[in-house]
Amino acid sequence: MTTKKQPRVDVKKTYKLFINGAFARSESGRVFEVTAKNGDFIANPALASRKDLRDAVTAARAAQSGWAKATAYNRGQILYRIAEMLEGRAEQFESEIALTSQITAAKAKAQVTDAIDRWVWYAGWSDKLQAVSGATNPVSGPFFNFSISEPQGVIAIASDVSFIDFIDAIAAAVVSGNTTVVLVPGSLAVPAMTFAEVLATSDLPAGVINILTGSLDELAPWAASHMDIDGFDISGINKKKHGELKVAGAENLKRIHAFSTGQSPTRILAFMESKTVWHSVGV
Amino acid sequence: MTFEYAPAPESRAIVSIKPKYGHFINGSFVAGKKHFPTINPATEEVLSLISLGGVSDVDKAVAAAQKAYTKSWSKLSGKERGKYLYRIARILQERAREFAVLETLDNGKPIRETRDIDIPLVAAHFFYHAGWADKLDYAGLGHSPKAYGVAGQIIPWNFPLLMLAWKVAPALATGNTVVLKPAETTSLTALLFAEVCQQAQLPDGVVNIVTGDGSTGAAIVNHPGIHKIAFTGSTEVGKKIARAIAATDKKATLELGGKGANIVFDDAPVDEAVEGIVNGIFFNQGHVCCAGSRLILQESIAEEVIEKLKVRMSKIRVGDPLDKNTDLGAINSKEQLVKIKELSAIGDAEGAQRWSPQCNLPDKGFWFAPTIFTGVTQANRIAQEEIFGPVLSVLTFRTPQEAIDKANNTPFGLSAGIWSEKGSRIFWASQHLKAGVIWANTFNKFDPASPFGGYKESGWGREGGKHGLAAYLKNGKETGAK
Repeated sequence: MTTKKQPRVDVKKTYKLFINGAFARSESGRVFEVTAKNGDFIANPALASRKDLRDAVTAARAAQSGWAKATAYNRGQILYRIAEMLEGRAEQFESEIALTSQITAAKAKAQVTDAIDRWVWYAGWSDKLQAVSGATNPVSGPFFNFSISEPQGVIAIASDVSFIDFIDAIAAAVVSGNTTVVLVPGSLAVPAMTFAEVLATSDLPAGVINILTGSLDELAPWAASHMDIDGFDISGINKKKHGELKVAGAENLKRIHAFSTGQSPTRILAFMESKTVWHSVGV
Repeated sequence: MTFEYAPAPESRAIVSIKPKYGHFINGSFVAGKKHFPTINPATEEVLSLISLGGVSDVDKAVAAAQKAYTKSWSKLSGKERGKYLYRIARILQERAREFAVLETLDNGKPIRETRDIDIPLVAAHFFYHAGWADKLDYAGLGHSPKAYGVAGQIIPWNFPLLMLAWKVAPALATGNTVVLKPAETTSLTALLFAEVCQQAQLPDGVVNIVTGDGSTGAAIVNHPGIHKIAFTGSTEVGKKIARAIAATDKKATLELGGKGANIVFDDAPVDEAVEGIVNGIFFNQGHVCCAGSRLILQESIAEEVIEKLKVRMSKIRVGDPLDKNTDLGAINSKEQLVKIKELSAIGDAEGAQRWSPQCNLPDKGFWFAPTIFTGVTQANRIAQEEIFGPVLSVLTFRTPQEAIDKANNTPFGLSAGIWSEKGSRIFWASQHLKAGVIWANTFNKFDPASPFGGYKESGWGREGGKHGLAAYLKNGKETGAK
């Protein structure tokens, strides 16, 4: 007996949030629809809520001291490992970006290779930041005085819709030892959650990078006013709205910055804090 | 037998104070419309009348600063700019005694401090930054970093001329021009500095000084012609400034409040630590944002340290700031004295034990005896809020980790001190303290080459050293905005 070969029904992925190293549904039970350019349904990513944001901040705070305490060599290797994992899944990212965004397949491919190379670039910064940003200071007196840069703590990121900006923002924040809560807008949710799968297999400690998909308009004001967030990268937010976020962030004097795209240690150093230590010298 | 100190007053003949001052705009003094008195807080004597700057005065000053920026200052090479700063440094050294006496009269701080600390550091700041003016390409901020244009600078009353130097020297070295507002109660040395600018033949409009109160400061913050704000003062006002400029492209450095932890481990050199504790909280009447206002003592040595501290505190000489023997001068204003008294009363009410040595405070002026509170808990307001006076809160700890946890349990993050003879412990503690400036086996040391500024709600950015230049240059790390 022969049966006519039927077209295979492919297995679709359930989209969740990435909090504390685990994939969790939004506590709100809400989702939003992402469609392809032609309107075909692609996915129902989770529409994260204020409570999800708070949970992610709790996870990021808990992970921060351990991540900052890891040696720079160790952090560099983990960032490099992310590049390795990304490389292995490059085609998946290319097709997802091409499918969900308005850019061509060729441009999507270029973004993905760029993203991989940037992880390599950022990985190399982990043990060079002090050499570039620190100083020994020749003070007038019997003191040994030096300045080093330290991570600020928990950094929220309102990501631009472009995948490469998403990568830049995250890598720049975590390489120095910050932990992050990344707010991902719209259709970027699809490659962003695939990226969460990359992170889950990259030896990255749980809670260092937390990814929430949903609405920046809804989540960014909560992030700006959250008292346990130290810095906020608002590159993905329209400049007209920067003012209100900065007003909310003033309550704990959050370090709030927006960047144009591109690789620069400026972006890394913006979320670091300089510490100067005086040691008295004597016998 | 006790030895008494005979009075050793510094002569005030070296200063001549005018009965009334205007603003310093475009190289000359311009009469103000309204005036308010500035007094000597040690005697309540009116020293002079200071102009109350309004929006139109700030407008004129900004216009002068803009013109100076485009017509002269931005066209000068770094080498030439630097030479003006060197001139200013030298004139400040020449007139150091005059500045020291005037500062002591207007601020109330002891002549020993203005003469040996404030004014020498002021000259050092100009000398240090003068040398940067033609070396900015090497500051790690990219090639040819650019000035912002006009910097608006608002400074506090605790180190009047020193804060002016911290603001003006890097601004000029990096090629910016300046509109500066001194604090309401301490304008006199800034106005004397205007004379120094004239003697140095600094081009007109490069430095403009508008005196006044909070409304004058707000006019500077909100002025559309100003691209960069530098403020030192309270966290409360710092947050207001952050909100005021939120929807603008203005950049800001904010040096705000603190509640510095001074940690003494059981292996500390106790006598040195006691000197450091005294310097940490009683230097400048405790009117220091980075003061070591929380003493965190290891339990096993707490009793010994407190006993020795009380003995040392009873040797502190409180009184005439112009007397060269005086350690603790006058509280800068009646308003500040009220705040110190209020928070100290709250310390009593919360159950902490207050102690002050016997001391005879003068009848006139504003005075507060050096004070410690023991038995303070972390939740007490005197352990959380900045008192900004000669009042020390003492807490204890058992394990090093507990010391760090207590030290970091504050929204501030400006300074901290560590006392220990064990090098590895000092480095461990300094790694874990969330503070921008940490002193190990010393306290309250300042230098133009050493960056200063805080974590968390103690502010944004650094002043001094290589790091301080970034605040005044567009390729600095605060740029890159979309």
